[in-house]
Amino acid sequence: MYEYDQTDHTLTRERVIEYRDQVSRRLEGKISEEDFRPLRLKNGLYAQMHAYMLRVAIPYGVISSDQLRMLAHIGQKYDKGYGHFTTRQNLQYNWINLEDTPEILKELSSVEMSAIQTSGNVNRNITSDPYAGVAPDEVLDPRPIAEIIRQFLTLHPEFSWLPRKFKIAVTGADEDRAAIKVHDIGLKIIKSEAGEIGFEVLVGGGLGRSPFIAKTIRGFLPKEDVIRYIQAILRVYNIEGRRDNIYKARIKILVHQLGIKSFAKLVEDEFKASKDDILLVGREEEERISAFFASPDYVKLPIDYIGVVEASTNDNAFAEWLERNVTTHKQAGYAIVNVPLKPLDGVPGDITSDQMDAIARLAEKYSFSEIRATHRQNLVLPDVAKRDLISVWQGLCGINLATANLDRISDIICCPGMDYCSLATTRSIPIAQRLNERFKHLDNILNIGEIHLNISGCINACGHHHVGHMGILGVEKNGEEFYQVTLGGSSSRDAEIGKIIGPAFSSEEIVDAVEKLIGVYISNREVGEQYLDTYRRIGPILFKEALYDAH
Amino acid sequence: MTLIKDGNVVENSWRTVDDNDEIYDVEAVIVSLNRWQNEKEALSVSNCSLGICLNSDQHPAVIASDVGHFYLIALEFSALADGRSFSYARFLRERYGFKGELRAVGEVTQDQLFFMGRCGFDSFELSEGTNVEKSIGALTSFSVAYQPAVDNLKPAYRLRHESWQLPFPG
Repeated sequence: MYEYDQTDHTLTRERVIEYRDQVSRRLEGKISEEDFRPLRLKNGLYAQMHAYMLRVAIPYGVISSDQLRMLAHIGQKYDKGYGHFTTRQNLQYNWINLEDTPEILKELSSVEMSAIQTSGNVNRNITSDPYAGVAPDEVLDPRPIAEIIRQFLTLHPEFSWLPRKFKIAVTGADEDRAAIKVHDIGLKIIKSEAGEIGFEVLVGGGLGRSPFIAKTIRGFLPKEDVIRYIQAILRVYNIEGRRDNIYKARIKILVHQLGIKSFAKLVEDEFKASKDDILLVGREEEERISAFFASPDYVKLPIDYIGVVEASTNDNAFAEWLERNVTTHKQAGYAIVNVPLKPLDGVPGDITSDQMDAIARLAEKYSFSEIRATHRQNLVLPDVAKRDLISVWQGLCGINLATANLDRISDIICCPGMDYCSLATTRSIPIAQRLNERFKHLDNILNIGEIHLNISGCINACGHHHVGHMGILGVEKNGEEFYQVTLGGSSSRDAEIGKIIGPAFSSEEIVDAVEKLIGVYISNREVGEQYLDTYRRIGPILFKEALYDAH
Repeated sequence: MTLIKDGNVVENSWRTVDDNDEIYDVEAVIVSLNRWQNEKEALSVSNCSLGICLNSDQHPAVIASDVGHFYLIALEFSALADGRSFSYARFLRERYGFKGELRAVGEVTQDQLFFMGRCGFDSFELSEGTNVEKSIGALTSFSVAYQPAVDNLKPAYRLRHESWQLPFPG
């Protein structure tokens, strides 16, 4: 993975000094909370219901064992012994004191981490495919370009006061595991017919109260133009994006209001006008950065390990875990191990400091000291030799993170909701917990098959309910919590915004409603058909009848 | 109102005039875009030093071919959160070839100054209550940068590779 050099260290250190000054001005009352707000937000610090929340960046979801240990340490020392992985490959702490934050940043900088631009109206953490570099379906590893983009946009002098937040995701694989179509800019590395490497560039996707699927602005952009093209998009957005209404300020609204053709013309004009800008980092720098992402020293191993095959015939739990959570690796004899942070008795995305330490240790021993975070709030051990799978599984069992539920109904994306967040209008975590209680038998969960169930506690949609195969949105009516159900969403290659099925359900009714929907799927599915396939084939009518006709 | 120029506190020698104010010979005045557009000919031949102030709704493209008339261009930050003038400054410096004084006015506080400096501003009319000493320090908050801009900070990739040269020489 990328390692800081002197320049990176200097910049991070100087940022800590700057931030420390901003905090001390606030604590001394020299600036008002109103003026301090945008400053702390640029550093991922939110004022929540009970305390401050601090969001730490994990660039493109790649994290080392040492870094994960530091996150565990910070959780232990400054929080209540845990952290929470978000849908943008970040980690956030929910119980932070403002006074502690400069010191936390200093500690983070010692392991080459920061909270720079994890919030506020700036370029946020660049996200990517959690299987980057190890996926068999990859055109090119997206991490080097993600790192180049990260650097380009860090403390960018022109784009640090944008109309609204800005999120970029990049993938190098055919399958979209980075939800690029619901980002402000989505980049997909592709190969032209002539064999040239470049990008498909998408723009204007996003969730929140007005969800949009991103539109293609360039079918093929040569690789060397990507930074200048991003600059052109950001420039058009910085100047033309609305600043009068926070709810209409995202680039998706600009793209929608102008239409993709007019928007593209503005971008292409600016792109042409900037043709003399030298934004290429140069071959030597590209090679320097790429070298950090070279494959680790894999050893030559047989494709299958007989011990694993034996163990899976003897132990059903191991077999299920293997089948569900372990995925094909590009290198023979290796596997990608998914670690869903979704134990049935837990909170989606939450992880204790002890669990972080244990995973750091497992990665050190079995995965070249590297871990990935996913946009579904899970972790990945990307490089596990198949002969080590039993040990890894046992290690995960020991920390309650071996539930075989990847992409299953209990692998819920869930925002913190009103239990923590001051924007939320309803609670989301208790709904996830009650759903897990209802579908608690693994046989049942596995029988239901693949389904993405996403829950947001308010219209801001941090739980990605719009793109859940089944989405639940909490809405408050006269002080009471109701839950609206959307069906048919997806954030993958076939991305789609789900449609509201009908009137919302009370908190008491929502779990029954989900069960009824699952019932419709089970009784209508054809052999091998997953929930979303069935829904797409039969449409919403039967689902709707099951929910509302009995009322 | 404290004015910082080239890293020092200086007296403001410019007078910002309303559109109906009389302009005297041999003085330095800052006019509005409206006045410039209405009185372009008269102002061009007058003996005063001309400056212009654009608010954040006014894209400097409208004066792109006029920049030679101005010793000073002031760009307004209508609110701390309004970042349009960062782009405008770069257009003026990098595209329209403006070499005179580029002044940040309006909401101008310590925490924007480093970015403003990198985008080509060289004078800053600080908002009321902004700490002057710290603001001057803020211009050099960072000794390194990742990306090229209008200032002299070499981007990181050039520092890293001594032999770095333009990808397309000439």
